[in-house]
Amino acid sequence: MNAYVGTPTSRVDGRAKVTGAAKYAGEFAADRLLRGFVVEATIPRGRISRLDTSEALKVKGVVDVLTHAHRPPLADKDDAWKDEVAPEKGSPFRPLYDDRIKFSGQPIALVVAEDWETAKFAASRIRIDYEEEAFATDLESERGKAAKVDQPHKPRGDAVAALARAAVRHEADYVIPSEHHNPMELYATTAVWDGSGRLAIYDKTQGVQNVQKFLCSVFGKKPDDLRVISPYVGGAFGSGLRPQYQVVLATMAALALKRSVRVVLTRRQMYGLGYRPMTIEHVALGASPDGTLDAVTHEAIAVTSCFEDFSRNDTGWGEQLYKSPNSRLSHKLVHLDVATPCDMRAPGAASGVCALECAMDELAVALKLDPIELRLKCYSDRDQSEDLPYTSKQLRQCYARGAEAFGWARRNPAPRSMRDGKELVGWGMATGVWEALQMPVAVRIVLTANGHAEVSCAASDIGTGTYTIVAQVAADALGLPIENISVRLADSTLPQAPVEGGSWMAASSAHAVLGAAEDIRQELARLAKAMPDSPLADLDAAKVTLVDGMIASNDTNGAAVSIADVMHHSKLERIEKEKLNQFAEDKSHARNTHSAVFAEVKVDEQLGVIRVTRVVSAVAAGRILNTKTGRSQIMGGVVWGIGMALHEETLMDHRFGRIMNANIAEYHIPVNADIHDVDVIFVDEPDDRINRLGIKGLGEIGIVGVPAAIANAVYHATGKRIRRFPITLDKLLE
Amino acid sequence: MADLTDQIPERIAISLVVNGVRRTLEVVPWTTLLDALRDRLQLTGTKKGCDHGQCGACTVLVDGRRVNSCLTLAVMKDGAEITTIEGLAKDGTLHPLQQAFVDHDAFQCGYCTPGQICSAAGLLAEGRARDADEIRELMSGNLCRCGAYPNIVAAIEQAMSRS
Repeated sequence: MNAYVGTPTSRVDGRAKVTGAAKYAGEFAADRLLRGFVVEATIPRGRISRLDTSEALKVKGVVDVLTHAHRPPLADKDDAWKDEVAPEKGSPFRPLYDDRIKFSGQPIALVVAEDWETAKFAASRIRIDYEEEAFATDLESERGKAAKVDQPHKPRGDAVAALARAAVRHEADYVIPSEHHNPMELYATTAVWDGSGRLAIYDKTQGVQNVQKFLCSVFGKKPDDLRVISPYVGGAFGSGLRPQYQVVLATMAALALKRSVRVVLTRRQMYGLGYRPMTIEHVALGASPDGTLDAVTHEAIAVTSCFEDFSRNDTGWGEQLYKSPNSRLSHKLVHLDVATPCDMRAPGAASGVCALECAMDELAVALKLDPIELRLKCYSDRDQSEDLPYTSKQLRQCYARGAEAFGWARRNPAPRSMRDGKELVGWGMATGVWEALQMPVAVRIVLTANGHAEVSCAASDIGTGTYTIVAQVAADALGLPIENISVRLADSTLPQAPVEGGSWMAASSAHAVLGAAEDIRQELARLAKAMPDSPLADLDAAKVTLVDGMIASNDTNGAAVSIADVMHHSKLERIEKEKLNQFAEDKSHARNTHSAVFAEVKVDEQLGVIRVTRVVSAVAAGRILNTKTGRSQIMGGVVWGIGMALHEETLMDHRFGRIMNANIAEYHIPVNADIHDVDVIFVDEPDDRINRLGIKGLGEIGIVGVPAAIANAVYHATGKRIRRFPITLDKLLE
Repeated sequence: MADLTDQIPERIAISLVVNGVRRTLEVVPWTTLLDALRDRLQLTGTKKGCDHGQCGACTVLVDGRRVNSCLTLAVMKDGAEITTIEGLAKDGTLHPLQQAFVDHDAFQCGYCTPGQICSAAGLLAEGRARDADEIRELMSGNLCRCGAYPNIVAAIEQAMSRS
């Protein structure tokens, strides 16, 4: 039954969020709660030669100052610091571990006081001397030191030779700056002693079980010693996949001082966490005059820290999108004196597809072909990296539906040919692609005789809507109204879930709910058959449905018994089932989501001011569980894409190795006035192979392709090709 | 070395009428209205996103006007009437803006939402916004990183049309 799945159901946590009742990590109260304030390093590389806390300790209300020289014991092996998302290669950062400084903004002390103002004031009284060392933070000046990373992509054919003989070629560097996630909520942890000698750690994270295991390993604790809880997360976008340092500091202080402690980072301090790494994307395309691609080469050169190798798939997406007999891809890293980058919305794809799709637009111009026509000409029905068909791929429909909604047919292809008063008008388009991943997740359902069910799982809801889709799927599977479903998430003691990321949680949690609900249904059917004079006595237990509070036969005879009666007769107050769902391994097909993005920009010819006046995003992502929250996710991705195209850039002063705009006024993100019409179209994409419900996930696909569509529109409006993002007005006026 | 204990100023007693209830508390002069609400009165519905007046998450109504509570010292508002997100619903019925935000899915993570809603309530009281463009402009002091802006505008339009 599908009373809820596929409908625009409002968020089940909506009321809590609009009334202020929803509590986030830094908002949980505790008796005699201490407050911590972090002190950061101001140099990018060297060691601490003196760290004098004596003045800070004299401030009334200060309880202690933790430093590398004054702290509880910490694990001394790299493996103990590797969380489930840590890069394979490297030595994870250890806060307050020793006197080494590895990046500017690194935490070097935690002042703990009776209240926040006192801790903050006392932090200003700490004296630090450094032995500074030579450092490097500039990717472009260090480009020559780039070292190749092993990647799964195998070269096909001879791309270099094919490129050399191609009739039409396009080759360029596209530069994507480092970007910071800047979720609205500040990173925060409240570590609370629960009265029985255990710690309840309220943390801002995308994975409570990841953090729980990490803390146990770092502090040498047993699983029962501490529990990690994160019922609401004020945005994360990848920044909360790995445990962040504030959770280590809060736990450390709680253990050292035997008091509950809260640590909240400042906005500036959040620039010492992970970020989307700056990349130089070198793309070369070779084609015959009719637009048949013959060669694709794509090399990404990315920033990482000096202590961990973080890399993602920037360059492989052309393998999924465009047929080419020759292809060569590579990813290189430059080690700099900066924090380790991390996943940020559509990691790899947001940057790599941006470059690829700008390059495709430039190739279309060189070929004098419509950009959609070029893409259809090169359309690949197979994933060329493994030569596999797709479980489903309705990208052609995305192009068609998106173009129609946008009015693409009315586009004059000549740059600077369209105007609206004093503004130049540009129309551009691009393709988006992401993976449809799915992971093992376990869910517990407790059905009570009053017709309510509690569904619980350790998964997070970072604003993505997990609470709501879990409730929808459970309501349908159990045949109950959604008001009768309560969902508990993000507590490390609940059934197993991975970090919420990669767009895998919708499919993964939904099928886990189905699995547990299936066990409940079978149990109810067994009990119903056993009831005296049961109308379902002869029934095949596999052929019943739970609907409207009844156990009903799937046969046409209409036999049914109420769930309440069955439980009453069986003298059961509750039925509890927990089940781990694992997806069968199937390497016979590629699984991806796709989109076609169309953007209109208006550019003030004199001032260079760019406005994105319209975006149409046509998405093929299997079955959409919730058309309301799903649309919001794509819309949010489009807003991120507008930010990536026009606004976002973490600016480093390379003389000091320090971020210059570590705040949310000078690091520009889109504001309300920047966002105009955003039209989201979900293209029908039935997929009975990928999983039972045909779900693919939506968290990442919304951003992919958007920056390129806007850059291509800016070219169409102005005739200027800006390959260094973000596209700011100074670059247009140069 | 100087004894720094003297550098922490004396606490000052103030009273605030918060969501219709008079509350008295003692604060040091540098305590912001935001920290007073969150840390002292346990009204954590008002959010801290930057502490520098850059994001608007801390927006509350002070004597009916929307202000960034992180840029407002609590001692300056002695005697003022403060409305926070916790004070908008009446007798369990959501304020029209709260209902409109739910209806239009005008949030995802929910962290900027109390500030957006208080700011929108202030905007409606100002009577300055007549259309979507003006709403966008006059709501641009409230950042939403999830990118719910079009839904926020739609929600405010719904509440405007019903008020």
